[in-house]
This record gives sequence, structure tokens and C-alpha cells, in this order.
Amino acid sequence: MYPSIHPSIHLSTLTSISSSPVIIYVHLAVQQLQTLCFLANFPLAKMAAQEVQPSETIAKLKSESEALKTKLEEERAKLHDVELHQVAEKVDPLGQFVMKTRRTLKGHGNKVLCMDWCKDKRRIVSSSQDGKVIVWDAFTTNKEHAVTMPCTWVMACAYAPSGCAVACGGLDNKCSVYPLSLDKNENLAAKKKSVAMHTNYLSACSFTNSDMQILTSSGDGTCALWDVESGQLLQSFHGHAADVLCLDLAPSETGNTFVSGGCDKKANVWDMRSGQCIQSFETHESDINSVRYYPSGDAFASGSDDATCRLYDLRADREVAIYSKESIIFGASSVDFSLSGRLLFGGYNDYTINVWDVLKGTRVSILFGHENRVSTLRVSPDGTAFCSGSWDHTLRVRE
Amino acid sequence: MSNNNASTNLAVAHKAVKQLRLEASVRRIHVSQAATDLKNFCLQNAHKDPLLMGVPSGDNPFRPPKSCGLL
Repeated sequence: MYPSIHPSIHLSTLTSISSSPVIIYVHLAVQQLQTLCFLANFPLAKMAAQEVQPSETIAKLKSESEALKTKLEEERAKLHDVELHQVAEKVDPLGQFVMKTRRTLKGHGNKVLCMDWCKDKRRIVSSSQDGKVIVWDAFTTNKEHAVTMPCTWVMACAYAPSGCAVACGGLDNKCSVYPLSLDKNENLAAKKKSVAMHTNYLSACSFTNSDMQILTSSGDGTCALWDVESGQLLQSFHGHAADVLCLDLAPSETGNTFVSGGCDKKANVWDMRSGQCIQSFETHESDINSVRYYPSGDAFASGSDDATCRLYDLRADREVAIYSKESIIFGASSVDFSLSGRLLFGGYNDYTINVWDVLKGTRVSILFGHENRVSTLRVSPDGTAFCSGSWDHTLRVRE
Repeated sequence: MSNNNASTNLAVAHKAVKQLRLEASVRRIHVSQAATDLKNFCLQNAHKDPLLMGVPSGDNPFRPPKSCGLL
């Protein structure tokens, strides 16, 4: 039982000595020594030794981590046999585009931060820095509803698929749902329902296929799926190393995934059921402000503070196009595709909207009109028009 | 305290390796195949794309009507 190295003082002899402090100290020291020798003979000692030197194991894991990253890049590179614009060489180039502003929606008292279309293709919800959320009829430019949120910087707003409610949130760290009443006089704020709770600002929100669930992203670095009725957290998505700024749900035919982009320069694709990050892309050089799925669901575009928009193909698992020009030096805040996916609209911080030929990688048009940053941009559900919101307090509907 | 930090770092490192293993095992197709599919989708749906093709004023809800006939 006892190891071959015997301590010179046996334990039993110590107990008979008087309890002066020095003796007790020696007593305890000897006890420790004995215990250590005792343990040294058992396999448990190995684990104890590991506890004592975790830095060795971490170093091993870190090197495995680096090796896997290199392997990942190699695997991706092996399949990189051609560029998208090369495949599209024979495709007819697009002609000149003339897109005019058909409606200007005025009424916000401060920067417009977010907007969303209703499925009826005519109503729009928008939110602004002064805490106001407005529902517009884009055909007539009438304001149909207005709500004042208890916080400023309402960075996210979304229309429910049924058209009967809107969700919004921002610096209040929450996402709240307001049912839209047909009675114009009714105070919408009275029926407000708080659904999501994050520990930092809400950056984006979106209803899933029904009015029953909402997906949110936050400055706390996570995304989350919530049940609207109960406010219960259904799933949370961890993996971003910094604020998550944007998200987009995959077109319903392609299944339960969504993509998010963040200040860690990464775009992550998530499985909504398991909460698992299934693919990750890190080629941007700065914050990713906006992500949007390609209409087929096989790819997505991103807009970033590095002044580029990029296209990532999910089946090839890599970036397949970059939309940039030397003359464009301001960040892209918001991107969306036209119905066929041929055009990519990008709203930029230099007040312009650049229209890109997705296949050829060239810019086909540059649109002016806003007098400050373009902060949000969405194509209407039937693809007939697109709406942009800006720090100049207005929204413009163009086609 | 330092033991706690050490085990947290260990857990984080384990997680990172697990995630990378998952991402490395994803099945991929060639870019040529993926790009061709993207191109085909664009071309097949081009005729349905109002922003690409333009919509005649009559059908377009945002354009002002050409004339207003008063009876």
C-alpha cells in the first residue's frame, strides 16, 4: 500500500506530540507529502497531473484547431475550378437600367434604420432612431399606423406573414410584437407583447413562416428563436464571437436554416432545429451588416463595412463572387436580390445604391437620391419594386 | 480560481475543434457545378423578374396611370 519512499516521520508518531503551531505545520506538510506519494501509484494521478497542467492539452487542441482550419481551406480550394463570372461569360450582358423613385415616404423625425414589406406587396413597416415605428401604404403614401417605442434606435422591424402584426426592437434589448388593429383610433401600444429578451441591443428580427415564431439576432452575440404566444425561448444559436448584426431565413422550400452575419466578420449558416452552426464563412475584412439568401436558397449575399458585397454558394461551401470597385470605399449597409437573382441591390454609406449583375460581377447602375446613408433596402415580395430607407429620414420606393 | 479558468478554456477549445471537425466534413460540390446552377436559375427566372424586364405602365401599381378619362 505504502510507496517505497517512506517519509522519515510516520503519521502516528506525530499525533502524540503536543500541538504547538510548528509541529502542526510539519504534521500537515507530511500528510500532504504522504497523500501525494500515495496517489502517485494510482492511474488517478495521471488525471490529477492533467488538471495541474491544462495548458498542455489546450496547446494540443489549438494546434488541432489550426490543422483543421488549414484542411478546411484545402478541401474548399480543391473544388475551386472556375470563377462564377467565367461560367457566365456567354450570358447576354444587361442593358442600361433606369430606375426612378416612384414614391417618397416622409414622416419619420429621424434616421430610418429598418424596413420590411408586407406580403400584400403594398404595405411597408419602418422604424427609426427616434423610437417611431410607422406602417405605410406605399401606393398612396398614407401612414396607416404609428407606434412610439419606449426606446430610441429601433434597429429592427418586421412584418408578420399574415399582415396582421409587426415586430420591432432595438436598444430596449427586446423584440415586441404589436397586433395591427383595423381601428385607426386604437392605441397599438396597449396590445404590445414582449417576446424576446436579449442582454444587448436587438439588431434584426424576422417572423418564420408563420406569425407564431420569431427569429432574432442581438449585440449579445447570439441569435434566438422565440414562440410569440408564450414568449418562450425555443432555441438559441451560439457561435459568433461578437455582435450579430443581421439575419435572413432560407426560402421555405429549402428547409429550416438561416444565415447570420456579425462584427466578427463571419457569416454563419444555422440549423434551426438543432441550434448547430453547419457552415461558416470568413472572407470579409470587416463587420457584415446585411445577409440575404439568393432566391433559389443555394447561396447568399452579404454586405460589409469593407465596402464589398460577396456571394457565397452553400453547396460549394465557399465565396464565389465579390462585388466591389476601387471607387467604392464606403460600407454596404444592406443588400437584396431581384426576383430572379440576377440583380443585387446594395445600399451604401455614401448615400448611393449600387446595382450589380450577380453573374458577371459588374455594376449595372448607380442610384442617387438619398441625402444621407442608406441604412436598409428590401425588394418587394413580388419583385416589382424595391424600397430603401435612409438616415435622411425618408424611404424611397423605386423601380 | 486559475483551475476554473483553465477548465473553461479547455471546454472552449474542445468546442472549437468539434465545430471545425463538423465544418470540415461538409459535402461539397465543384464551383463549376454550383456556378452553372446559379446561372441557370437566373436565366430560367429572368422573364418573371419585373425589375429586370420592366413592367408595362398599365400593370404597374407604382407608376402613375397615363391618362384619366372622365366620362
